Amino acid sequence: MKIAVCIKQVVTREWQLRVNDQKTWIRDQDASFELNEPDAYALEEALRLKEQHGGEVIVCCAGPARATQVVREALARGADRAIHVESDALATADAAAVAGALAGALRDEQVDLVLTGLQSDDQGFGQVGVLLAEALGMPHATIIMAIEKSEGSLRVKRELEGGWFQWVTLPMPALLTIQSGINQLRYATLKGIMAAKKKEIKKAAAPAASPNGTRITSLYFPEKGKQTELITGTPAEAARTLVARLRDDARAL
Amino acid sequence: VILVVAEHRDGRLNRATLETIAAAQSTGDSLKIAVLGSGVDAVAAEVARADAAEVIAIDDPALKDYTADGFVLALAALVAAEAPERVFLPHTYQTRDFAPALAARLQRPIVTDGIAIKGGGYVRPMFQGKLQADVAVDGPHVATFQIGAFRADAMKAGSAPVRKAAVTIDAAKIRQKPEAPFKEAKQAVDLSQAERIVAVGRGIKDQTNVELARKLAQAMGAELAASRPICDAGWLPMDRQIGSSGQTVAPKLYVALGISGAIQHLVGMKGSRTIVAINKDAEAPIFEIADYGIVGDLFDIVPALIEALK
Repeated sequence: MKIAVCIKQVVTREWQLRVNDQKTWIRDQDASFELNEPDAYALEEALRLKEQHGGEVIVCCAGPARATQVVREALARGADRAIHVESDALATADAAAVAGALAGALRDEQVDLVLTGLQSDDQGFGQVGVLLAEALGMPHATIIMAIEKSEGSLRVKRELEGGWFQWVTLPMPALLTIQSGINQLRYATLKGIMAAKKKEIKKAAAPAASPNGTRITSLYFPEKGKQTELITGTPAEAARTLVARLRDDARAL
Repeated sequence: VILVVAEHRDGRLNRATLETIAAAQSTGDSLKIAVLGSGVDAVAAEVARADAAEVIAIDDPALKDYTADGFVLALAALVAAEAPERVFLPHTYQTRDFAPALAARLQRPIVTDGIAIKGGGYVRPMFQGKLQADVAVDGPHVATFQIGAFRADAMKAGSAPVRKAAVTIDAAKIRQKPEAPFKEAKQAVDLSQAERIVAVGRGIKDQTNVELARKLAQAMGAELAASRPICDAGWLPMDRQIGSSGQTVAPKLYVALGISGAIQHLVGMKGSRTIVAINKDAEAPIFEIADYGIVGDLFDIVPALIEALK
């Protein structure tokens, strides 16, 4: 089975977000970056499917040059080769532009399965996977918690809301967006990191015309919806104040 | 014209539909509501109690069970016939499955997870809710709205005529074959009945530290719960998960330890009467909905809290 996994590089959760002077994006020159967590689960699922059924795992990333960091990491975890659609504009692009770039890279690969994370930790559209399926003419299913492969088709467990699930069967080639928690992640071994250095990263140019249909006109910190009483002091002082508030004012204890 | 796509399961309307109707009404544009399924008369009649120009039912055996292909085929045909400027949907797990494909089929841009309508564009959360963006979109488009962003009780009532759409669906083109939805083995813990909840998030850092939260829960007479990543990691069982994919709770007291407050978590607990947030990141979105907040290291504050409760 030939599997493509689409990954994105995002700023780390710990990085203190700052907005740029134009208020159109974060000031990410000095940010630290990591593999988008839902994509890590998609990669892990691809590696497990390969271990079970044989085949090849191709990592596909549409992002600026710095995204090579997460491409290398995916190769170190066990992906066989990579395609990096490289363009600075993709760092802030909308989902349609990213899906267009990924579709261009994957169109001639004749893969059996495409996996993506269900959404990214930065823009969080939750669209790229579904848009990519449409661009590649593949059937899709989203928010997947289990995959069973049989000849020419997949039976997948979709997560619905409120603790409900549903099995869906669809023919291959297909695209699935993977829910976090579908598996337990593995991390790169030293051997994997060494092996990754010899693996191919094919660079591909982004499509010339940007299909961005949406754009950010202003990015800002949200206003507080509720009057929060911030309790300060040493841990002991703050704890005593909080307990008093909860007992006497909120009557919650 | 705005076309709102209603969502229902087994004839039960998803309340988020009413919120989306309220969103559409707030624009002042003319509004039509689409209901898809097989045998949808009752649901169509229910949404017809909204102030709308009309309700359009697409009633087809091929739409009996939800499939992405079925819904995209039906709605693409309906949008082609009606040519609404905008298509509005609630941002649910179901619309996440098909709305982007519908937009692509229609060659329209799509804005997902909107929390407000601003000018001709939308406001949406970014970076896990830590930031918000005003988003502009060109021409006819599709937009989805976060649960709770608009109020269902703000929906203006009326009496809309119901019309059956002349849309037929080629069932052979539906590639997904769904089975009946089910729940996993009965939930062992019904957190919705808890008076108090202490919930842990990523800030707890390690499985062994969950014990500290458990001690605080005991001292408070609270149930222990968690955000999704903690259950994903197996540190607490899945039936202790609060949020869109877990349980929805509204206890008297909700104490969030090291939970940043991604929207998937907030939807499961923001109805709590008193919310306490303890987090080292002063900009964590959880503080936006907290009544009391302590910015600091939970490993210093929680032991002090346990002490203060004695």
